[in-house]
Amino acid sequence: MSDRVAIVGVGMSKFGELWEKSLREITLEAGMYAIFDADVQGKEIDAISIGNMSAGRFTGQEHLGALAVDMGGLGNIPAYSVEAACASGGAAVRQAYMSIKSGEHDVMLVLGCEKMSDVSQSEAMDTISVASDMDWEGMFGATFPALYAFIARRHMMEYGTTDEQMGKVAVKNHYNAQFNPWAQFQRALPLKVVMNSGMLADPIRVLHSSPITDGAAGLVMCSEERAKEFTDNPVFVDASTQATASLALHDRKDICTMDSVVLSSRRALERANLSIEDIDVFELHDSFTISEIVLTEDVGLAKKGEGGKLVDEGITELKGEFPVNTSGGLKARGHPIGATGVAQIVELALQLRGDAEKRQVEGAEKAMAVNIGGTGATSIVHILGR
Amino acid sequence: MAEKGVAQVWRRFDSIYNLIGTHCSNCGTYYFPPRLVCPKCRRKGKLEEYKYKGLGKIHTFSIVRQAPENFKRQVPYVVAQVQLDEGPRLTAQIVNIDPEDVKIGMRVRVCFRKITEYGEGGIIVYGYKFEPTMIVTGHE
Ligand SMILES: [Zn+2]
Repeated sequence: MSDRVAIVGVGMSKFGELWEKSLREITLEAGMYAIFDADVQGKEIDAISIGNMSAGRFTGQEHLGALAVDMGGLGNIPAYSVEAACASGGAAVRQAYMSIKSGEHDVMLVLGCEKMSDVSQSEAMDTISVASDMDWEGMFGATFPALYAFIARRHMMEYGTTDEQMGKVAVKNHYNAQFNPWAQFQRALPLKVVMNSGMLADPIRVLHSSPITDGAAGLVMCSEERAKEFTDNPVFVDASTQATASLALHDRKDICTMDSVVLSSRRALERANLSIEDIDVFELHDSFTISEIVLTEDVGLAKKGEGGKLVDEGITELKGEFPVNTSGGLKARGHPIGATGVAQIVELALQLRGDAEKRQVEGAEKAMAVNIGGTGATSIVHILGR
Repeated sequence: MAEKGVAQVWRRFDSIYNLIGTHCSNCGTYYFPPRLVCPKCRRKGKLEEYKYKGLGKIHTFSIVRQAPENFKRQVPYVVAQVQLDEGPRLTAQIVNIDPEDVKIGMRVRVCFRKITEYGEGGIIVYGYKFEPTMIVTGHE
Protein backbone atom coordinates (compact mmCIF):
# COMPACT_ATOMS: atom_id res chain seq x y z
CA MET A 1 0.00 0.00 0.00
CA SER A 2 1.26 3.40 -0.97
CA ASP A 3 1.56 5.98 1.78
CA ARG A 4 0.85 9.07 -0.18
CA VAL A 5 -0.34 9.73 -3.69
CA ALA A 6 1.51 12.34 -5.73
CA ILE A 7 0.62 14.53 -8.68
CA VAL A 8 3.63 14.77 -10.97
CA GLY A 9 2.19 16.22 -14.16
CA VAL A 10 -0.63 18.54 -15.22
CA GLY A 11 -2.07 19.46 -18.60
CA MET A 12 -5.01 21.28 -20.14
CA SER A 13 -6.51 21.73 -23.55
CA LYS A 14 -7.68 25.22 -24.37
CA PHE A 15 -11.13 25.87 -22.85
CA GLY A 16 -13.79 27.49 -25.04
CA GLU A 17 -16.09 26.80 -27.97
CA LEU A 18 -13.64 24.79 -30.01
CA TRP A 19 -15.50 24.25 -33.26
CA GLU A 20 -12.45 22.87 -35.03
CA LYS A 21 -11.68 20.19 -32.46
CA SER A 22 -13.37 16.92 -31.58
CA LEU A 23 -13.81 15.29 -28.17
CA ARG A 24 -10.96 12.89 -28.86
CA GLU A 25 -8.61 15.65 -29.97
CA ILE A 26 -9.07 17.81 -26.88
CA THR A 27 -8.84 14.79 -24.56
CA LEU A 28 -5.62 13.65 -26.22
CA GLU A 29 -4.23 17.19 -26.02
CA ALA A 30 -4.78 17.46 -22.25
CA GLY A 31 -3.35 13.98 -21.67
CA MET A 32 -0.24 14.63 -23.76
CA TYR A 33 0.48 17.90 -21.96
CA ALA A 34 0.16 16.15 -18.60
CA ILE A 35 2.49 13.38 -19.76
CA PHE A 36 5.06 15.87 -21.13
CA ASP A 37 4.84 17.91 -17.94
CA ALA A 38 5.56 14.79 -15.87
CA ASP A 39 8.22 13.67 -18.31
CA VAL A 40 6.85 10.15 -17.94
CA GLN A 41 7.20 7.50 -20.63
CA GLY A 42 4.01 5.99 -22.02
CA LYS A 43 5.11 2.49 -21.00
CA GLU A 44 5.20 3.50 -17.34
CA ILE A 45 1.54 4.45 -17.22
CA ASP A 46 -0.37 1.41 -16.02
CA ALA A 47 -3.99 2.68 -16.10
CA ILE A 48 -6.22 5.57 -17.07
CA SER A 49 -9.20 7.01 -15.25
CA ILE A 50 -11.42 9.36 -17.23
CA GLY A 51 -14.30 11.55 -16.04
CA ASN A 52 -17.12 12.58 -18.32
CA MET A 53 -20.79 13.34 -17.78
CA SER A 54 -22.59 12.90 -21.04
CA ALA A 55 -20.47 12.36 -24.15
CA GLY A 56 -23.20 9.99 -25.30
CA ARG A 57 -25.71 12.83 -25.52
CA PHE A 58 -23.33 15.65 -26.42
CA THR A 59 -21.42 13.80 -29.14
CA GLY A 60 -22.88 10.30 -29.54
CA GLN A 61 -19.70 8.65 -28.22
CA GLU A 62 -19.46 6.53 -25.09
CA HIS A 63 -16.80 4.05 -23.96
CA LEU A 64 -14.32 6.85 -23.33
CA GLY A 65 -11.87 4.72 -21.36
CA ALA A 66 -11.01 2.59 -24.37
CA LEU A 67 -11.04 5.66 -26.59
CA ALA A 68 -8.48 7.43 -24.40
CA VAL A 69 -6.11 4.45 -24.21
CA ASP A 70 -6.36 3.90 -27.94
CA MET A 71 -5.90 7.56 -28.98
CA GLY A 72 -2.96 7.90 -26.61
CA GLY A 73 -1.28 4.84 -28.12
CA LEU A 74 -1.11 3.29 -24.68
CA GLY A 75 -1.68 -0.28 -25.80
CA ASN A 76 -3.64 -2.59 -23.56
CA ILE A 77 -3.70 -0.90 -20.15
CA PRO A 78 -7.04 -0.81 -18.31
CA ALA A 79 -9.14 2.34 -18.33
CA TYR A 80 -11.93 3.34 -15.97
CA SER A 81 -14.60 5.74 -17.14
CA VAL A 82 -16.46 7.37 -14.27
CA GLU A 83 -19.56 9.56 -14.13
CA ALA A 84 -20.92 11.75 -11.33
CA ALA A 85 -22.58 14.54 -13.34
CA CYS A 86 -20.65 17.81 -12.87
CA ALA A 87 -18.40 16.02 -10.37
CA SER A 88 -17.24 13.43 -12.91
CA GLY A 89 -13.77 15.00 -13.08
CA GLY A 90 -13.33 14.89 -9.31
CA ALA A 91 -14.55 11.30 -9.38
CA ALA A 92 -11.82 10.41 -11.91
CA VAL A 93 -9.17 11.97 -9.66
CA ARG A 94 -10.54 10.06 -6.68
CA GLN A 95 -10.68 6.83 -8.68
CA ALA A 96 -6.95 7.19 -9.43
CA TYR A 97 -6.20 8.15 -5.85
CA MET A 98 -7.90 5.00 -4.54
CA SER A 99 -6.29 2.77 -7.18
CA ILE A 100 -2.78 4.02 -6.38
CA LYS A 101 -3.35 4.09 -2.64
CA SER A 102 -4.51 0.46 -2.71
CA GLY A 103 -1.38 -0.58 -4.58
CA GLU A 104 -3.32 -1.84 -7.57
CA HIS A 105 -1.73 0.75 -9.89
CA ASP A 106 1.49 2.77 -9.68
CA VAL A 107 1.34 5.48 -12.32
CA MET A 108 -1.97 6.67 -13.73
CA LEU A 109 -3.15 9.17 -16.28
CA VAL A 110 -6.27 11.01 -15.10
CA LEU A 111 -8.46 12.73 -17.65
CA GLY A 112 -11.64 14.77 -17.61
CA CYS A 113 -13.41 15.96 -20.72
CA GLU A 114 -16.62 17.32 -22.20
CA LYS A 115 -17.43 18.49 -25.71
CA MET A 116 -20.61 20.56 -25.37
CA SER A 117 -20.74 22.73 -28.48
CA ASP A 118 -21.57 20.00 -31.00
CA VAL A 119 -25.27 20.31 -30.07
CA SER A 120 -27.60 23.32 -30.12
CA GLN A 121 -27.94 25.55 -27.06
CA SER A 122 -31.34 24.07 -26.30
CA GLU A 123 -30.12 20.47 -26.60
CA ALA A 124 -27.18 21.37 -24.37
CA MET A 125 -29.59 22.78 -21.79
CA ASP A 126 -31.61 19.58 -21.96
CA THR A 127 -28.53 17.46 -21.44
CA ILE A 128 -27.23 19.53 -18.51
CA SER A 129 -30.54 18.78 -16.73
CA VAL A 130 -29.66 15.09 -16.50
CA ALA A 131 -27.60 16.06 -13.44
CA SER A 132 -30.85 16.81 -11.57
CA ASP A 133 -33.81 14.52 -10.83
CA MET A 134 -35.22 14.26 -14.34
CA ASP A 135 -38.47 12.47 -13.39
CA TRP A 136 -39.52 14.90 -10.66
CA GLU A 137 -37.71 18.18 -11.34
CA GLY A 138 -36.71 18.34 -15.01
CA MET A 139 -40.00 16.96 -16.29
CA PHE A 140 -41.96 19.70 -14.56
CA GLY A 141 -40.01 22.50 -16.19
CA ALA A 142 -37.31 23.08 -13.56
CA THR A 143 -34.25 23.87 -15.66
CA PHE A 144 -30.81 23.55 -14.09
CA PRO A 145 -30.51 27.34 -13.62
CA ALA A 146 -34.01 27.32 -12.05
CA LEU A 147 -32.86 24.85 -9.39
CA TYR A 148 -29.98 27.15 -8.45
CA ALA A 149 -32.45 30.02 -8.54
CA PHE A 150 -34.46 28.13 -5.88
CA ILE A 151 -31.36 28.16 -3.69
CA ALA A 152 -30.53 31.79 -4.49
CA ARG A 153 -34.03 33.08 -3.72
CA ARG A 154 -34.11 31.31 -0.35
CA HIS A 155 -30.59 32.51 0.44
CA MET A 156 -31.62 36.08 -0.35
CA MET A 157 -34.73 35.82 1.81
CA GLU A 158 -33.17 34.06 4.79
CA TYR A 159 -29.81 35.84 4.90
CA GLY A 160 -30.18 39.03 2.89
CA THR A 161 -27.79 37.96 0.14
CA THR A 162 -28.01 40.41 -2.76
CA ASP A 163 -27.96 40.52 -6.54
CA GLU A 164 -24.86 42.67 -6.20
CA GLN A 165 -23.03 40.06 -4.11
CA MET A 166 -23.85 37.34 -6.62
CA GLY A 167 -22.56 39.69 -9.33
CA LYS A 168 -19.31 40.35 -7.48
CA VAL A 169 -18.43 36.64 -7.56
CA ALA A 170 -18.57 36.77 -11.37
CA VAL A 171 -16.46 39.94 -11.41
CA LYS A 172 -13.83 38.36 -9.13
CA ASN A 173 -13.60 35.16 -11.15
CA HIS A 174 -13.34 37.01 -14.45
CA TYR A 175 -10.59 39.17 -12.97
CA ASN A 176 -8.59 36.02 -12.10
CA ALA A 177 -9.19 34.43 -15.50
CA GLN A 178 -7.32 37.29 -17.16
CA PHE A 179 -4.14 35.70 -15.83
CA ASN A 180 -5.02 32.13 -16.82
CA PRO A 181 -3.89 31.32 -20.39
CA TRP A 182 -6.30 28.35 -20.57
CA ALA A 183 -9.41 30.24 -19.51
CA GLN A 184 -12.39 30.66 -21.81
CA PHE A 185 -12.91 34.34 -20.89
CA GLN A 186 -9.59 36.08 -20.29
CA ARG A 187 -11.14 39.47 -19.72
CA ALA A 188 -12.47 41.56 -16.89
CA LEU A 189 -16.21 41.88 -16.41
CA PRO A 190 -17.59 45.09 -14.89
CA LEU A 191 -20.16 44.67 -12.12
CA LYS A 192 -22.58 46.94 -13.97
CA VAL A 193 -22.57 44.60 -16.97
CA VAL A 194 -23.32 41.59 -14.75
CA MET A 195 -26.11 43.45 -12.95
CA ASN A 196 -27.65 44.53 -16.25
CA SER A 197 -27.45 41.10 -17.85
CA GLY A 198 -30.79 39.44 -18.55
CA MET A 199 -32.50 36.96 -16.27
CA LEU A 200 -31.96 33.29 -17.07
CA ALA A 201 -34.19 32.09 -14.25
CA ASP A 202 -34.90 34.84 -11.70
CA PRO A 203 -32.93 35.71 -9.62
CA ILE A 204 -30.14 34.03 -11.61
CA ARG A 205 -28.82 36.26 -14.39
CA VAL A 206 -27.11 35.12 -17.56
CA LEU A 207 -23.77 36.38 -16.21
CA HIS A 208 -24.19 34.51 -12.92
CA SER A 209 -23.97 31.26 -14.88
CA SER A 210 -21.00 29.27 -16.09
CA PRO A 211 -20.85 29.00 -19.89
CA ILE A 212 -21.07 26.15 -22.40
CA THR A 213 -17.48 24.98 -22.84
CA ASP A 214 -15.43 22.39 -24.68
CA GLY A 215 -12.32 21.29 -22.88
CA ALA A 216 -10.25 18.61 -21.25
CA ALA A 217 -7.77 18.43 -18.40
CA GLY A 218 -5.23 15.82 -17.37
CA LEU A 219 -2.99 14.76 -14.50
CA VAL A 220 -0.31 12.17 -13.99
CA MET A 221 -0.64 10.65 -10.52
CA CYS A 222 1.59 8.08 -8.90
CA SER A 223 2.78 6.60 -5.63
CA GLU A 224 5.14 8.63 -3.46
CA GLU A 225 8.01 6.21 -4.13
CA ARG A 226 7.72 6.64 -7.87
CA ALA A 227 7.23 10.40 -7.74
CA LYS A 228 10.92 11.24 -7.38
CA GLU A 229 11.64 9.49 -10.69
CA PHE A 230 9.61 12.14 -12.47
CA THR A 231 9.94 15.38 -10.54
CA ASP A 232 11.61 17.04 -7.60
CA ASN A 233 8.56 19.25 -7.15
CA PRO A 234 5.66 16.85 -6.51
CA VAL A 235 2.34 17.82 -5.03
CA PHE A 236 0.62 15.36 -2.71
CA VAL A 237 -3.01 14.46 -2.15
CA ASP A 238 -3.44 14.96 1.58
CA ALA A 239 -7.08 13.86 1.50
CA SER A 240 -9.73 12.69 -0.94
CA THR A 241 -13.33 12.40 0.26
CA GLN A 242 -16.79 12.07 -1.21
CA ALA A 243 -20.34 12.34 0.10
CA THR A 244 -23.88 12.19 -1.24
CA ALA A 245 -27.13 14.10 -0.61
CA SER A 246 -30.62 13.69 -2.09
CA LEU A 247 -30.76 13.72 -5.90
CA ALA A 248 -33.69 16.14 -5.93
CA LEU A 249 -33.22 19.52 -4.29
CA HIS A 250 -36.81 19.48 -2.96
CA ASP A 251 -35.98 16.54 -0.67
CA ARG A 252 -33.53 18.61 1.42
CA LYS A 253 -34.68 20.11 4.69
CA ASP A 254 -32.51 23.20 4.09
CA ILE A 255 -31.86 23.91 0.42
CA CYS A 256 -29.27 26.59 1.28
CA THR A 257 -26.90 24.00 2.78
CA MET A 258 -25.26 21.20 0.83
CA ASP A 259 -24.84 18.48 3.46
CA SER A 260 -22.66 16.52 1.05
CA VAL A 261 -20.18 19.43 0.97
CA VAL A 262 -20.29 19.96 4.75
CA LEU A 263 -19.57 16.26 5.38
CA SER A 264 -16.92 15.71 2.72
CA SER A 265 -15.00 18.90 3.49
CA ARG A 266 -15.03 18.29 7.26
CA ARG A 267 -13.83 14.74 6.74
CA ALA A 268 -11.10 15.87 4.34
CA LEU A 269 -9.78 18.42 6.84
CA GLU A 270 -9.78 15.74 9.56
CA ARG A 271 -7.87 13.30 7.38
CA ALA A 272 -5.33 15.95 6.44
CA ASN A 273 -5.17 17.04 10.06
CA LEU A 274 -5.85 20.65 9.11
CA SER A 275 -8.38 23.32 9.89
CA ILE A 276 -9.98 25.49 7.23
CA GLU A 277 -7.73 28.44 8.14
CA ASP A 278 -4.71 26.34 7.11
CA ILE A 279 -5.85 26.24 3.49
CA ASP A 280 -4.13 28.87 1.35
CA VAL A 281 -6.04 28.60 -1.92
CA PHE A 282 -9.39 27.15 -3.00
CA GLU A 283 -11.19 25.99 -6.12
CA LEU A 284 -14.92 25.90 -5.26
CA HIS A 285 -17.52 24.77 -7.79
CA ASP A 286 -19.12 28.00 -9.05
CA SER A 287 -21.45 26.64 -11.74
CA PHE A 288 -23.58 29.60 -10.68
CA THR A 289 -22.23 32.42 -8.53
CA ILE A 290 -24.67 31.49 -5.74
CA SER A 291 -22.99 28.08 -5.52
CA GLU A 292 -19.63 29.70 -4.73
CA ILE A 293 -21.35 31.69 -1.97
CA VAL A 294 -23.01 28.57 -0.53
CA LEU A 295 -19.80 26.53 -0.77
CA THR A 296 -17.70 29.11 1.07
CA GLU A 297 -20.20 28.67 3.91
CA ASP A 298 -20.39 24.90 3.73
CA VAL A 299 -16.60 24.37 3.82
CA GLY A 300 -16.44 26.70 6.82
CA LEU A 301 -14.85 29.85 5.36
CA ALA A 302 -17.92 31.81 6.41
CA LYS A 303 -20.80 31.20 8.80
CA LYS A 304 -24.04 30.06 7.17
CA GLY A 305 -25.59 33.09 5.51
CA GLU A 306 -22.40 35.16 5.47
CA GLY A 307 -20.95 33.98 2.17
CA GLY A 308 -22.14 37.15 0.47
CA LYS A 309 -20.41 39.31 3.08
CA LEU A 310 -17.19 37.37 2.46
CA VAL A 311 -17.29 38.55 -1.15
CA ASP A 312 -18.00 42.15 -0.11
CA GLU A 313 -14.97 42.10 2.18
CA GLY A 314 -12.68 40.89 -0.61
CA ILE A 315 -11.53 37.91 1.45
CA THR A 316 -11.87 35.49 -1.48
CA GLU A 317 -10.11 37.73 -4.02
CA LEU A 318 -6.74 36.81 -5.51
CA LYS A 319 -4.95 39.06 -3.01
CA GLY A 320 -7.39 38.33 -0.20
CA GLU A 321 -6.83 36.14 2.83
CA PHE A 322 -8.49 33.06 1.30
CA PRO A 323 -8.36 33.26 -2.51
CA VAL A 324 -11.17 31.28 -4.18
CA ASN A 325 -11.10 30.27 -7.84
CA THR A 326 -7.78 31.77 -8.85
CA SER A 327 -8.20 29.98 -12.19
CA GLY A 328 -11.32 31.99 -12.98
CA GLY A 329 -13.51 29.14 -11.74
CA LEU A 330 -16.26 27.53 -13.72
CA LYS A 331 -17.62 30.98 -14.46
CA ALA A 332 -14.63 32.31 -16.41
CA ARG A 333 -12.21 29.43 -16.94
CA GLY A 334 -15.22 27.63 -18.41
CA HIS A 335 -17.17 24.53 -17.40
CA PRO A 336 -16.69 21.56 -19.71
CA ILE A 337 -18.65 19.44 -17.27
CA GLY A 338 -16.53 16.28 -16.99
CA ALA A 339 -13.26 18.24 -17.21
CA THR A 340 -14.00 20.69 -14.41
CA GLY A 341 -13.01 18.54 -11.43
CA VAL A 342 -9.66 17.70 -13.04
CA ALA A 343 -9.06 21.31 -14.09
CA GLN A 344 -9.55 22.38 -10.46
CA ILE A 345 -6.72 20.04 -9.42
CA VAL A 346 -4.52 21.28 -12.28
CA GLU A 347 -4.92 24.84 -11.00
CA LEU A 348 -4.18 23.92 -7.38
CA ALA A 349 -1.14 21.82 -8.33
CA LEU A 350 0.24 24.79 -10.28
CA GLN A 351 -0.38 27.04 -7.29
CA LEU A 352 1.45 24.69 -4.92
CA ARG A 353 4.35 24.24 -7.33
CA GLY A 354 4.67 28.01 -7.63
CA ASP A 355 3.90 27.82 -11.37
CA ALA A 356 0.71 29.90 -11.43
CA GLU A 357 2.50 32.96 -12.80
CA LYS A 358 0.51 36.18 -12.55
CA ARG A 359 -2.21 34.56 -10.49
CA GLN A 360 0.22 32.92 -8.06
CA VAL A 361 -0.80 32.93 -4.41
CA GLU A 362 2.55 33.54 -2.71
CA GLY A 363 3.78 30.71 -0.54
CA ALA A 364 0.71 28.52 -0.99
CA GLU A 365 1.25 25.22 0.81
CA LYS A 366 -2.22 23.74 1.21
CA ALA A 367 -5.10 23.82 -1.23
CA MET A 368 -8.69 22.56 -1.37
CA ALA A 369 -10.93 21.69 -4.32
CA VAL A 370 -14.68 21.10 -4.03
CA ASN A 371 -16.35 19.61 -7.09
CA ILE A 372 -20.11 19.06 -6.89
CA GLY A 373 -22.55 17.14 -9.06
CA GLY A 374 -26.11 18.29 -9.75
CA THR A 375 -27.36 20.61 -7.02
CA GLY A 376 -24.88 19.11 -4.57
CA ALA A 377 -26.13 15.51 -4.67
CA THR A 378 -22.48 14.54 -5.05
CA SER A 379 -19.57 16.37 -3.44
CA ILE A 380 -15.95 15.42 -3.96
CA VAL A 381 -13.24 17.17 -1.96
CA HIS A 382 -9.50 17.03 -2.44
CA ILE A 383 -6.88 18.64 -0.22
CA LEU A 384 -3.45 19.00 -1.76
CA GLY A 385 -0.19 19.81 -0.05
CA ARG A 386 3.51 20.13 -0.67
CA MET B 1 -36.69 14.87 -20.29
CA ALA B 2 -35.54 11.67 -21.71
CA GLU B 3 -37.90 11.69 -24.04
CA LYS B 4 -38.11 8.61 -26.06
CA GLY B 5 -41.19 6.79 -24.94
CA VAL B 6 -44.67 7.38 -23.65
CA ALA B 7 -44.20 4.54 -21.14
CA GLN B 8 -41.75 6.66 -19.18
CA VAL B 9 -44.59 8.96 -18.23
CA TRP B 10 -47.46 6.44 -18.33
CA ARG B 11 -46.01 4.32 -15.53
CA ARG B 12 -46.13 7.34 -13.23
CA PHE B 13 -49.70 8.44 -14.04
CA ASP B 14 -50.99 7.77 -10.52
CA SER B 15 -48.59 10.29 -9.09
CA ILE B 16 -48.64 12.79 -11.90
CA TYR B 17 -52.45 12.83 -12.32
CA ASN B 18 -53.69 12.15 -8.81
CA LEU B 19 -50.85 13.23 -6.55
CA ILE B 20 -50.46 9.77 -5.10
CA GLY B 21 -47.34 9.40 -3.01
CA THR B 22 -46.42 7.14 -0.13
CA HIS B 23 -46.74 7.14 3.63
CA CYS B 24 -44.61 5.00 5.94
CA SER B 25 -46.83 3.54 8.64
CA ASN B 26 -43.77 2.50 10.64
CA CYS B 27 -42.37 6.02 11.18
CA GLY B 28 -45.28 8.15 9.99
CA THR B 29 -43.37 10.05 7.30
CA TYR B 30 -45.11 11.17 4.11
CA TYR B 31 -43.26 11.02 0.80
CA PHE B 32 -43.86 12.71 -2.49
CA PRO B 33 -42.71 11.71 -5.05
CA PRO B 34 -43.48 8.15 -3.88
CA ARG B 35 -40.52 6.20 -2.57
CA LEU B 36 -39.82 2.49 -2.90
CA VAL B 37 -37.78 2.46 0.31
CA CYS B 38 -38.35 4.58 3.43
CA PRO B 39 -34.93 6.20 4.02
CA LYS B 40 -35.64 6.43 7.76
CA CYS B 41 -36.69 2.82 8.33
CA ARG B 42 -35.30 1.03 5.28
CA ARG B 43 -36.22 -2.68 5.61
CA LYS B 44 -38.47 -2.01 8.61
CA GLY B 45 -40.45 0.56 6.66
CA LYS B 46 -44.08 -0.08 5.64
CA LEU B 47 -44.92 2.08 2.67
CA GLU B 48 -48.50 2.47 1.56
CA GLU B 49 -50.09 4.67 -1.07
CA TYR B 50 -51.33 8.03 0.06
CA LYS B 51 -53.35 10.55 -1.96
CA TYR B 52 -52.27 14.09 -1.10
CA LYS B 53 -54.86 16.77 -0.48
CA GLY B 54 -53.04 19.01 -2.92
CA LEU B 55 -52.72 22.01 -0.62
CA GLY B 56 -49.52 23.73 0.35
CA LYS B 57 -47.41 26.83 0.16
CA ILE B 58 -44.59 28.11 -1.99
CA HIS B 59 -41.19 27.38 -0.45
CA THR B 60 -39.11 28.97 -3.20
CA PHE B 61 -39.57 29.75 -6.90
CA SER B 62 -38.03 31.02 -10.10
CA ILE B 63 -39.29 32.62 -13.29
CA VAL B 64 -37.81 30.63 -16.16
CA ARG B 65 -36.85 32.85 -19.13
CA GLN B 66 -34.72 30.40 -21.10
CA ALA B 67 -35.96 26.85 -21.43
CA PRO B 68 -35.14 23.73 -23.39
CA GLU B 69 -37.21 22.72 -26.43
CA ASN B 70 -40.04 21.03 -24.48
CA PHE B 71 -40.83 24.16 -22.49
CA LYS B 72 -39.84 26.94 -24.89
CA ARG B 73 -43.40 27.84 -25.78
CA GLN B 74 -44.35 28.46 -22.13
CA VAL B 75 -41.58 30.99 -21.37
CA PRO B 76 -41.70 32.96 -19.12
CA TYR B 77 -43.20 30.56 -16.58
CA VAL B 78 -42.98 30.13 -12.84
CA VAL B 79 -41.59 26.94 -11.39
CA ALA B 80 -41.53 26.43 -7.63
CA GLN B 81 -40.96 24.10 -4.75
CA VAL B 82 -44.32 23.61 -3.08
CA GLN B 83 -44.37 22.51 0.53
CA LEU B 84 -47.39 20.22 0.85
CA ASP B 85 -49.39 20.46 4.08
CA GLU B 86 -48.55 16.82 4.87
CA GLY B 87 -44.81 17.66 4.89
CA PRO B 88 -42.96 16.80 1.69
CA ARG B 89 -41.96 19.27 -0.98
CA LEU B 90 -42.33 18.85 -4.73
CA THR B 91 -41.34 20.79 -7.82
CA ALA B 92 -44.10 22.15 -10.07
CA GLN B 93 -45.20 25.10 -12.13
CA ILE B 94 -47.37 27.85 -10.66
CA VAL B 95 -50.17 29.09 -12.92
CA ASN B 96 -53.14 31.46 -12.88
CA ILE B 97 -51.07 34.34 -11.55
CA ASP B 98 -48.82 37.05 -12.96
CA PRO B 99 -45.23 35.76 -12.45
CA GLU B 100 -44.30 39.08 -10.79
CA ASP B 101 -46.94 38.55 -8.08
CA VAL B 102 -45.69 35.16 -6.89
CA LYS B 103 -44.28 35.20 -3.36
CA ILE B 104 -42.62 32.78 -0.96
CA GLY B 105 -45.20 31.56 1.57
CA MET B 106 -48.17 31.99 -0.79
CA ARG B 107 -50.90 29.34 -0.34
CA VAL B 108 -51.47 27.18 -3.43
CA ARG B 109 -53.58 24.24 -4.48
CA VAL B 110 -53.14 21.61 -7.12
CA CYS B 111 -54.68 21.87 -10.59
CA PHE B 112 -54.52 19.65 -13.62
CA ARG B 113 -52.81 21.06 -16.71
CA LYS B 114 -50.82 20.26 -19.80
CA ILE B 115 -47.19 19.99 -18.66
CA THR B 116 -45.42 19.72 -21.99
CA GLU B 117 -45.38 18.32 -25.47
CA TYR B 118 -42.41 16.33 -26.55
CA GLY B 119 -40.89 14.10 -29.14
CA GLU B 120 -41.46 13.97 -32.87
CA GLY B 121 -45.06 12.89 -32.45
CA GLY B 122 -45.85 15.78 -30.11
CA ILE B 123 -46.90 13.55 -27.23
CA ILE B 124 -48.77 15.65 -24.70
CA VAL B 125 -48.12 15.11 -21.01
CA TYR B 126 -50.74 16.24 -18.48
CA GLY B 127 -50.12 16.49 -14.78
CA TYR B 128 -50.03 18.66 -11.69
CA LYS B 129 -49.39 22.36 -11.53
CA PHE B 130 -50.38 24.64 -8.66
CA GLU B 131 -52.43 27.84 -8.48
CA PRO B 132 -52.91 30.40 -5.69
CA THR B 133 -55.87 29.51 -3.45
CA MET B 134 -56.84 33.19 -3.11
CA ILE B 135 -57.85 33.26 -6.79
CA VAL B 136 -60.51 30.72 -5.85
CA THR B 137 -61.48 31.80 -2.35
CA GLY B 138 -60.94 35.54 -2.72
CA HIS B 139 -58.66 35.80 0.34
CA GLU B 140 -55.42 34.34 1.61
ZN1 LIG C 1 -40.36 4.90 7.74
